[in-house]
Amino acid sequence: MATDDSTADIERLIELMARLPGLGPRSARRAVLHLIKKRQLQLLPLAEALHRVGTTARECLNCGNIGTGDVCGICASEKRATGELCVVEDVADLWAMERAGVFKGRYHVLGGTLSALDAVGPEELRIPQLIDRVAAESITEVILALGATIDGQTTAHYIADRLQDVKVTSLAQGVPVGGELDYLDDGTITAALKARRSL
Amino acid sequence: MIEWRDEGALLSARTHGETSVIIEALTRSHGRVAGIVRGGISRKLAPHIQPGAQLDLTWKARLDEHLGTFTVEPKRSRTAQVMGDRLALDGLNSLCALLSATLPEREPHPALYDRTMALLDLLGDTDLWPLAYLQWELALLDELGFGLDLRSCAVTGGNDALIYISPRSGRAVSASGAGDWADRLLPLPPVMLGSGDATGAEIAKALGTTGYFIEHRALKALGDRPLPSSRQRLVDRIASLS
Repeated sequence: MATDDSTADIERLIELMARLPGLGPRSARRAVLHLIKKRQLQLLPLAEALHRVGTTARECLNCGNIGTGDVCGICASEKRATGELCVVEDVADLWAMERAGVFKGRYHVLGGTLSALDAVGPEELRIPQLIDRVAAESITEVILALGATIDGQTTAHYIADRLQDVKVTSLAQGVPVGGELDYLDDGTITAALKARRSL
Repeated sequence: MIEWRDEGALLSARTHGETSVIIEALTRSHGRVAGIVRGGISRKLAPHIQPGAQLDLTWKARLDEHLGTFTVEPKRSRTAQVMGDRLALDGLNSLCALLSATLPEREPHPALYDRTMALLDLLGDTDLWPLAYLQWELALLDELGFGLDLRSCAVTGGNDALIYISPRSGRAVSASGAGDWADRLLPLPPVMLGSGDATGAEIAKALGTTGYFIEHRALKALGDRPLPSSRQRLVDRIASLS
């Protein structure tokens, strides 16, 4: 598309959209064209929603989740004060846990994992806040829902070492639902065999 | 197109873009090499792109100075082996961080590679691993050109009662040779000489000495980098072993 003053704003929108995950210049151009064609139905509501989220979205001061207030809905809800605290690496992990709908307690988002190579230490993560929360909120169990990676498990052990006065558990590792042994890597099979249980 | 094939252990991986990963691996014939793995975050490859994993690597680039692309074939994963073991995890992190921080890129160190593979194979053996790790750090210093000379006293020439190391020369010093300088010298625990009890406390003390030389010699030469924090966690862990 030739760029002149009349199309500069549209080009700018395409450029911005093309930076989003999963989109490239071609798909961004198609998306923008689609939005312009559906101006009333999609473009204007999207612009309004983006503006609202842009001005109100912030990190929950308590757990690190993203919401539109100082404290997110999960932290504000008395029903979620079960004494269980689930520690996750990122907000995306918190949302994944919430989608499953099985955990009824509260969360704590670390904001990453310890990484020697990237110089990420405990102070760069929300580990000091976690230790404060465990003491302040009468937590009875901390569930470490961190990735089954070297960095994730290093972080899990680091946290477990610092939480001596509370029950600390972690998610199980092994065969995924719908998984077939033939397609699993040897690491997953080893973890699954170590975590076997009686039937 | 330049292309070679080698076997190596993965030292680090970080995501690049949406689907790729930039990895660093220690190979026998090509040393520490970095390259892109296309599709490295896929479900198929991600479990193998973990520090410590043994990989069959094919590296390709148009010019030698390019970052290059890796094609990886998993040979052996060590992730499940170390995940539940605090000492093994801290050890693996420290080993990978030290190799990444101290080894020059694309400079082969076959002897250090062989020692590193032997050490990785011992991961999980709590009785043997701390002492093997100490010996590996001594070998690393040697390989980097900062090897310690523990054969005889730098002052008297004798080899009795060697209990100090000179921080300046890296040579052993005996109790009699140290004289008034004793408080300025580093400790030389017997475990560094292959004698005495290899307790956690003794090995941690010896790692304090090797740590000094890694930090003040090897890392200083590379722009005053600090020791990786994962190494300190390992030293603390070893010190707490009975």
